[in-house]
Amino acid sequence: MSSPGDSRRTLARRELGLFLLGLPALLMLGVVFAWPVLRLLSLSVEGGTLEHFEKATLDGLYVTVLADSLKIAAMVTGICLLLAYPVAVWLSRAGRVGAALGLFALLLPFWTSVLVRTYAWLVLLGRNGVINRSLRDWGWIDAPLPLLHNMGGVLIGMVQVLLPYMVLPIYAALLRVDPDLSRAAEGLGAPAWRSFLRITFPLSLSGVSAGCALVFVLSLGFFITPALLGGGRVIMISMLIEQQVREFLDWPFAAALSTVLLAATLVIYALIGRLTRGGRHATS
Amino acid sequence: MRHPRRFSVGNFLLASSAGLVFLFLMLPLLVVFPISVSSASYLQFPPPGFSWQWYQRYLDDPGWIDATIRSVQAATLCTVLAMGLGVPLSFFLVRSRLAGVRVLDRLAAAPIIVPTIILSIALYGVFSRLQLIGEWYGVAIAHTVLALPFVVILVGAGLRTFDEAQEQAAAGLGAAWPRIIWRVTLPQLRPSLISAAFLAFISSFDELVLAMFLSGASMTLPKKMFDNIMMEIDPTIAAVSVLQILLVGLCLGLTSLFGRGALTTTITR
Repeated sequence: MSSPGDSRRTLARRELGLFLLGLPALLMLGVVFAWPVLRLLSLSVEGGTLEHFEKATLDGLYVTVLADSLKIAAMVTGICLLLAYPVAVWLSRAGRVGAALGLFALLLPFWTSVLVRTYAWLVLLGRNGVINRSLRDWGWIDAPLPLLHNMGGVLIGMVQVLLPYMVLPIYAALLRVDPDLSRAAEGLGAPAWRSFLRITFPLSLSGVSAGCALVFVLSLGFFITPALLGGGRVIMISMLIEQQVREFLDWPFAAALSTVLLAATLVIYALIGRLTRGGRHATS
Repeated sequence: MRHPRRFSVGNFLLASSAGLVFLFLMLPLLVVFPISVSSASYLQFPPPGFSWQWYQRYLDDPGWIDATIRSVQAATLCTVLAMGLGVPLSFFLVRSRLAGVRVLDRLAAAPIIVPTIILSIALYGVFSRLQLIGEWYGVAIAHTVLALPFVVILVGAGLRTFDEAQEQAAAGLGAAWPRIIWRVTLPQLRPSLISAAFLAFISSFDELVLAMFLSGASMTLPKKMFDNIMMEIDPTIAAVSVLQILLVGLCLGLTSLFGRGALTTTITR
């Protein structure tokens, strides 16, 4: 019917057509995303000096903030994992109605503005907030508990915002586990907990690491929640970047901090991704 | 498929811990409802009585209404742009066999990973030179960058399950390509397209960090709320919050009715 040359030409035309379809979006990503970000990062070495990087990575104040940010991100990730895993297991075993309701309870907060939720935490956790007021009215406490404007408040707010990012990948991984595997194990006499530990859990690890990577990376760059719930006592690196631009107009230093944040983000994301692949090999 | 339903201590613990976590997730959403209909003149809980005063105040304040209109405009334009650019991009990323396409796939997903604060100040620098600060369409263009990954992931997932032989059949019968895409492919992608559009709209409507830097004096709704929270905690925000939660609930409901039942696929690729 057609010669090889013909089909090669058709293929080339097809590729060209597809490329033209993608081109406008790629141009837009280049102009409104890649170029501005690279331009910002390049400001950090403006004038050929590394002094801004030295300040960002050697000055005690900024090192503390970076370390605190990493610590907060690690804690948020850990707490999210502890809370998310049982939810994901429950969801994967629930019936149709249960799963639908559960997903709704997960996705409604997920898509509600971070601002709305942060405001609600202010209302709940404040000195005269719902929780303190109720506890005092019931006579359980005499003085209001310090729930807000500290690390605890920030952690509560961030975990609530990021939890769905952990539940959904684990849930998806659990759904992919073939139920026949654990049925076979139980048919061979393994108790349910054992078949869970030896079969279901290892197979869900790809979801666990995907969730951990997302939550860690997103919490590292968090801004609104720590700014509002931390009350100035909890400083994360994103707040520092904003302050450098807004208050001090120190673009080169903000750029250096941004470079450090972005580098940390990408390295951690790649590392956790590598762990995932390693984990898959181990279980397959 | 179902696991055998047995009553055991393990299952009970699992169900109750899941229940507590769901409560924790929903608590901040539930608490704003009673506050929004409080008759007290300041934040008081439980509310002493019922009143629509905070909704009235929202509707009567041109500041709030202007911010709402601006956010709706920006979210609409963002949706149009993200769909108009993102759907063709998904075709390219899913179907092309070029060597570099995987790198471009990463580029399209990168805005999820790159901290928004970095993109915000980067665009702040560029937009202030172009005098785009304070223009609602500037905010919309910036939001499009954040919405594109959602569109590409959802539409890409739909495209991967679509059988291309149908297009070849239509082509064999003499139909032209634009017509094939429009009449054969896109109708079958409709669930993905609907989900993607809703997500793009909501992601822009709710976004604050980019809007903080780019919206200047002409605030979007989230920026206006942020300023209000910083100044005083006045229950008007609770009323606005309730309206926002209802809007998200409506979008979610419509998506699950007409869309791909998979906001799940959004983040689990």
